[in-house]
Amino acid sequence: MSKHHKAVALISGGLDSLLAARVVMDQGIHVEGINFFTGFCVEGHTHAIRKQHRARPKRNNALWVAEQLGIRLHLIDIIEEYKQVVINPRHGYGANLNPCLDCKVFMVGKALEWMNTKGFDFIVTGEVIGQRPKSQRRVNLPVVARESGAHDRLVRPLCARNLPPTLPEREGWLERDKLLAFNGRSRKPQMALAAHYGFEDYAQPAGGCCFLTDRQYSQKLSDLWQTRGERNYELDDIMLLKVGRHLRPCPGFKLIVGREEGENRYLEGYRRRYVHMIPVSHPGPLVLLDGEADAHGLELAARIAARFSKGRDDAEVTIEVTGKDGAVRNYTVSPLPSAQIPPEWYL
Amino acid sequence: MNSVTVDARYLLCPLPVIRTQDQVARLHPGDFVRVLCTDPGVLHDIPSWCRMHGHTVADTSVADDEIAITIQVGDRG
Repeated sequence: MSKHHKAVALISGGLDSLLAARVVMDQGIHVEGINFFTGFCVEGHTHAIRKQHRARPKRNNALWVAEQLGIRLHLIDIIEEYKQVVINPRHGYGANLNPCLDCKVFMVGKALEWMNTKGFDFIVTGEVIGQRPKSQRRVNLPVVARESGAHDRLVRPLCARNLPPTLPEREGWLERDKLLAFNGRSRKPQMALAAHYGFEDYAQPAGGCCFLTDRQYSQKLSDLWQTRGERNYELDDIMLLKVGRHLRPCPGFKLIVGREEGENRYLEGYRRRYVHMIPVSHPGPLVLLDGEADAHGLELAARIAARFSKGRDDAEVTIEVTGKDGAVRNYTVSPLPSAQIPPEWYL
Repeated sequence: MNSVTVDARYLLCPLPVIRTQDQVARLHPGDFVRVLCTDPGVLHDIPSWCRMHGHTVADTSVADDEIAITIQVGDRG
């Protein structure tokens, strides 16, 4: 081999990308990892916010995987560019607002840009034919290679022997026989390979790594677009959709109600940008009001905030309401009974 | 030798790491970056990122819910 070849591996933090990178490293390839932050990543966020999840390890799994592999990881903020993937996916959505195929095309394309800038030779992903229902269907793997522009510089080491040889295989940078032929939804081959390498503590996200695959999250994003009259978002919008109970009692505003101490503390970071309310006569959550409310709406919001306070069964609760201008006004209200909060208010 | 502060309070990981990474890329070996955070995940993630990129965590302090991590930029070459 006349040159020490270099590959950039898309590292999600899950098992497949960990193994894919390792299989390529075993062939003497210099591998560095790349991880894209879209704003929709499940990774860490809700666990970091919610106090009840504090027993879980507070680590970014992509960083952890890179350390297990002994490689560098480059974290790339793609929040702005990714909006077009979410808002106008060419290949449409999956079961919810998950644009999985467009997402993969986009990320491999960004990895290609990075590869060309840094003088790397090819791209590695942990894709497995048939593992996922949309982006990893056999018919869609060539779509990712073609539309990303990576073509035969995209190597899927875990299922490579089920696919046509790529450039690194044809050129002898990689021995095809040492790549794998995984296929289908079973996780057993990956778990066996992990055991072979001695990887024991790896992330196994139950609901995938992206909030857009979550039905309830997608409903909240749809509501955001519908009420604003445009399909757009800022980072704060999509972060807040991950936190608290969201109730829309009328078209003009919704309430974000902290569910526990960790969420209340997180919401505090936003309180100067929203009308916010907090019970002062009883313990209770911080509530943000997103939108515009008239006097009647504010009173309704205060009654809902009172419903989620410790005074929910009392005759009156006093709620301190602070406007965006900092003006403070107290509302002493009767908590809205649960029976008067219709299920459709919950997003 | 430069010393700069990155305010990553109320950002959740990996954003504090990304903001740190972007700041470090503009500095030189020996410079210092002080990162202010509220996400406890940084206590793992920033040292992890530093180890793999050859930077040094010079100091870590936690007061109430605020975390300050000081990094000395290493020789990336």
